[in-house]
Amino acid sequence: MTLSRAQAMAHFDMAIPHAATSLKQLKDDGAKVVGFYCMFAPQEVALAAGAQPVALCATKEEPIADGEKTLPRNFCPLIKSSYGFAVTDKCPFFLHSDLIVGETTCDGKKKMFELMARIKPLHVMKLPQGYSTEADKAYWLSAVLELKELLETTFGVAITDGKLSAAIRELNEERLLIQELADYMKNDPVPLSGQDMLKLLWARNFVFDRSEFGAQVRELIGELKERVAKGEGALPKGAKRIVVTGVPTGIGAEKVLKIIEECGAAVVYIENCAGMKQFVSLVDEGKPVLEAIAEKYLGTHCSCMSPNPRRMELVAEVARDWRADGVVDIVWQGCHTYNVESRVLKDYLSSNVNLPYLHIETDYSLGDVEQIRTRVQAFLEMMG
Amino acid sequence: MERKTGIVAGIDAGSTAIKVTLYDGTLTENMIEPAGWNGREVAAGMLARAASRRGVRVEEIARIYGTGYGRVGLVFLTKAVTEITCHARGAAFLAPGVGTVIDIGGQDVKAIRVDGSGRVLDFIMNDKCAAGTGRFLQVMAGALGMDLATMASLSAVGAEACPINTMCTVFAESEVIGLLNRGTPRETIIAGLYKSIASRVAAMTARITPCQPVVLTGGVALHPSMHKALESELKLPVTVPGQAVFAGSVGAALLAWDDLQRGGE
Repeated sequence: MTLSRAQAMAHFDMAIPHAATSLKQLKDDGAKVVGFYCMFAPQEVALAAGAQPVALCATKEEPIADGEKTLPRNFCPLIKSSYGFAVTDKCPFFLHSDLIVGETTCDGKKKMFELMARIKPLHVMKLPQGYSTEADKAYWLSAVLELKELLETTFGVAITDGKLSAAIRELNEERLLIQELADYMKNDPVPLSGQDMLKLLWARNFVFDRSEFGAQVRELIGELKERVAKGEGALPKGAKRIVVTGVPTGIGAEKVLKIIEECGAAVVYIENCAGMKQFVSLVDEGKPVLEAIAEKYLGTHCSCMSPNPRRMELVAEVARDWRADGVVDIVWQGCHTYNVESRVLKDYLSSNVNLPYLHIETDYSLGDVEQIRTRVQAFLEMMG
Repeated sequence: MERKTGIVAGIDAGSTAIKVTLYDGTLTENMIEPAGWNGREVAAGMLARAASRRGVRVEEIARIYGTGYGRVGLVFLTKAVTEITCHARGAAFLAPGVGTVIDIGGQDVKAIRVDGSGRVLDFIMNDKCAAGTGRFLQVMAGALGMDLATMASLSAVGAEACPINTMCTVFAESEVIGLLNRGTPRETIIAGLYKSIASRVAAMTARITPCQPVVLTGGVALHPSMHKALESELKLPVTVPGQAVFAGSVGAALLAWDDLQRGGE
């Protein structure tokens, strides 16, 4: 059997390199840009304000040294990278943003945002500590309302229910499309590599013509359908199937995914924020718009929420549906919430689905690639 | 190439020493030498001598499985397997019925939970640094003006342990020199070093919920004080099998043997 790559991936190879230029073009044409770091930021609200939501740089090693000039060295690499990019003007998306939206997802970030606010207009959305009580929901709804009003004032627009409904429909449609794509990863051989899946999902943050992005994903889905029918795979048939969870592992910080696939296993599902986390649930189109948006985003099963049972259930469910042989949980050094939750997840998986579990704590540097490779290889050997 | 059936080899190319094991179903031949600067050549030489002792040529060995830090450099291997899988299998052979293997090698420390047949159920390894490894002990021995063998024998006296407060190899070296300067007896410092390593290893092992019996393997297993310190920190009996240092190469040879028995390449 020959291993090959889906041809439609070519669209997504070029999306990120082209993004800075297209954003500059949009900006020159008068577009408003809202930069965000995290998936708690309700993108519908930015779209309804007629602004372009864009993801900000945070997943590369390069600016970390600059971040460390101000931030503690033993911080998580994602925060140091974000800040390093911001202060050195090396992130074109940060540069072109009219407003930055941050969230209080962890203590490190919320304090970093205080420093970042010195260089850019920045709004921090305050999250409740949990997602289950009525008080949590009411609190978050007020945060979403506050963002809506801020965007209205900043951009001098009225965000109507009609505009919010349109944005909800647009993003829900995209979420369904991504879910459909992810379903193809249930096949053996897997028709798309995990690294390509990541690249596509990452590119989605940098394609500003959403209907074009949708068309490209549909084209890829069409190709995957043919590949599955012909038995063509990105990794060999029978490759061990791995579900990756934990911290965001965007482009530039995908080393563990790369190692897993280099060791011959297939990453069949990326559960984290860089992967499927934001696409697994929809905004309820039958509910009042702002409440529906608030409800969807608050349901994000991030480790910053306490407790966070939804993540455990979802990882187990996904592992079953995608027929995983094991779960790899990636945690950045200094990310205390995910690092502690690893223990909870390990226990949950062992008592509920009896799946092998591997915890990898690392940062963006390449100094531990060989040690991680040994752990991953041993993990795969463990599965026989 | 004609393959003489019935003899397989396991090589554990560690950072400090290279271990070679030949196995034919009933008998093992174990050999150990310092890794030196060219581990690949040392391993090839050892393999040739081990084979000749058994009256065969290297080309006639049915399978050669390699493990350890240097496994990627061994071009003549039939297969490379990680040290976690090999140590588990090897320890289960050397100490049948083992529940948890703790291997303290030259540059890493691992704790492995195994099932009855030596299959890995869970494992944990030390992170990037040398804390708690043979290399850590070696640097401390240097600071104390002795070699590792002397350190191992001196510590056997069973002295009172003084606290060593850091596990960073560089800072611990400064701490040891500071203690010497204040006139602390070397035996007390050595006992403190073993205790501090044992406490770190025990904390790491707790993360995989160790089950008995616990077996200690790897080069550092040969230090009697390490063995005792680990028992007291783990609060569990720990055994050191006769050929503890060969667990990796024995495991590699046994995995090669298993595959040979199953047939195929």
